[in-house]
Amino acid sequence: MLEIKDLKVSIEDKEILKGINLSVKAGEVHAIMGPNGSGKSTLASALAGRDYFNITHGKILYEGKDLTELSPEDRAREGIFLGFQYPVEIPGVSMVNFLRTAINSMRKYREQDPLPAGDFLKLMREKKKVVEIDSDLTNRSVNEGFSGGEKKKNEIFQMALLEPRLAILDETDSGLDIDALRIVSNGVNKLRSPENATIVITHYQRLLDYIVPDVVHVLYKGRIVKSGDKSLARELEEHGYDWIKQEVNANA
Amino acid sequence: MQTLDKYLKLFQENREQIGKDDPPFRKELRETAMAAFENDGFPLRKEERYKYTHLEPVFDGELSFDFQPRGINFDEADIFRCDVPLLDSDVLTVLNGFFHSNGEGALSKLENGIIYGGLKEATAQFPELVEKYLGKNAPTKDEPFVALNTAFSQDGIFLYVPEGIHMERPIQIINLLLSDKNHMVQHRNLIVLENNASAQVIICDHTLSPHMFLTNSVTEAYTGENADLDLLRLQNEHNNSCQVTNTWINQDRHSRCQHGIITLHGGIVRNNLRINMEGEGAETSALGLFLTDKMQHVDSYTVIEHSNPHSTSNQYYKGVLDDSSTGAFNGKIHVHPDAQKTEAFQTNNNILLSDTAKIHTKPRLEIYADDVKCSHGATVGQLDEEALFYLQSRGIPKEESRLMLMDAFTWDVISKIKQPSLQIRITDLVAKRLRGELSRCNNCAMHCED
Repeated sequence: MLEIKDLKVSIEDKEILKGINLSVKAGEVHAIMGPNGSGKSTLASALAGRDYFNITHGKILYEGKDLTELSPEDRAREGIFLGFQYPVEIPGVSMVNFLRTAINSMRKYREQDPLPAGDFLKLMREKKKVVEIDSDLTNRSVNEGFSGGEKKKNEIFQMALLEPRLAILDETDSGLDIDALRIVSNGVNKLRSPENATIVITHYQRLLDYIVPDVVHVLYKGRIVKSGDKSLARELEEHGYDWIKQEVNANA
Repeated sequence: MQTLDKYLKLFQENREQIGKDDPPFRKELRETAMAAFENDGFPLRKEERYKYTHLEPVFDGELSFDFQPRGINFDEADIFRCDVPLLDSDVLTVLNGFFHSNGEGALSKLENGIIYGGLKEATAQFPELVEKYLGKNAPTKDEPFVALNTAFSQDGIFLYVPEGIHMERPIQIINLLLSDKNHMVQHRNLIVLENNASAQVIICDHTLSPHMFLTNSVTEAYTGENADLDLLRLQNEHNNSCQVTNTWINQDRHSRCQHGIITLHGGIVRNNLRINMEGEGAETSALGLFLTDKMQHVDSYTVIEHSNPHSTSNQYYKGVLDDSSTGAFNGKIHVHPDAQKTEAFQTNNNILLSDTAKIHTKPRLEIYADDVKCSHGATVGQLDEEALFYLQSRGIPKEESRLMLMDAFTWDVISKIKQPSLQIRITDLVAKRLRGELSRCNNCAMHCED
């Protein structure tokens, strides 16, 4: 589904990603872990199409298409979803208007008619249950005044509505208490299917107790330095990142 | 100097015609105003108040001026559909500055004592009432455009709401400009609300022919004790026009006023607003929204006076500027020494959509009392890139995302309009304007060329 080949990404003249190789197949969950500043969020943003990142080398192929040629909105319409680490507050844009516009522009891309108002409301009700989101949150402006947990739930709620094929969840667990973590993880698990893939970016192993990954990668200094199964996450939790750093630095 | 002389001459040569039906007090007002104008002249470019809008060259242009209403017979319903059709309002039409009666009387007096209609007719029928208020609030000294208007204006709208009367239906004043050559208009409105009275007034400005129009208008409003006035102006003249508005509101004790001005189109627009909360415990809210593109210029100059204790003011002005358009905001809040416990809030936020659009903003607080709560601020920025990316990442195209953010930005002002149906209609007009779908001709059946 997703094939990243020797991807190098810079911000202004600083190289953040220094040659990433990653292959994700349908039905898989990949976890990307790593210490702060290793380039995890940069990878997520580059996949979603944030334009201040400069792709200097390599390829991102999604379903065989070159992703770098698509605008952020077209990537979304092709089925890519980014769960933001820091969801943006947009005062004055109501959740309902935002979600309806998003759904209908996706439908338009697929040459479908706009969703009738009744069906849209029904869909909202249905998907709210997935993340146990409060009804009144959807009556407010996008993320405005939401608590940290509510913002993250809202990301998963949007994911449930938009039904992506590839979801990239950027530190969805950061700032969540244990209950919110459980709800958010449950939401993600409910949306898993053999046709979809998920990339979970996290700093902590904790989330991976709930969302069990097929593959775990460690990103350090802009490179994937180690990949393994879920036991790698456990190892990192026990020993921290220092042994990985030492290993990498010794090899260098 | 030449421009000044031109207007002095115009006044002197047509004195008889201009003041033909005037009662003595009105004649005297004209003479005093003309003397003040002669003394002050047009504002110079170096004058701080008019630093960003130099109007003398516009007044110097080749412009016709009517001393009497033109005998144009037209049914405005035929050529003009109202911009605010959801509103069940009493419509008063003003054509080139003269009340346009359409066969009915120029003035209506209702059983409950409400008087509304043409100001000229009101001056003839109720000279004492008009004399009590006309020109008492808007000074001619040091205000050259008020002076010019006081000297030259012939007509406009008069509204009088007696004590304790709540006016259910809004009054909608539609100013139409229609001419076969470049034309100047000076019109005048007078709104008086006695104690405990309330009214809503909407003023809509439109051009019906493509000629250059220069409008210099004065609106004076008085709110008596505990009276309640909503006054909203919707400016939608074409971009080949120049509009100077001067709005002077005087509020008595515990009265409430909401003043709003929405500028959708117009070439050079200068809006002067002065709200004087003379009475204790008065409340005012001043809303402003302007959307400009191409070479448009919109300059808002506002003064809010807190003269006595316990008064409250909230001012929200916002601008969205595109292309090479320019704007200015100069807002002064003046808290007088006696005005303890004043609460004043002022904000001016602007979005520049292009590299060549420009805004000058100057929020000002002058506080001479020591127990007050005041704040003000101004921002100039672009659309939030983070928010834009967030919307795009959900599949919403960039252009649509931009428009959503602009709608949100303007909604902040529109949401404060009290009348719900008006709020809906303005939201729609602003959305259309931002999408380039609103042309001045939308509401006109004449189909003349732009």
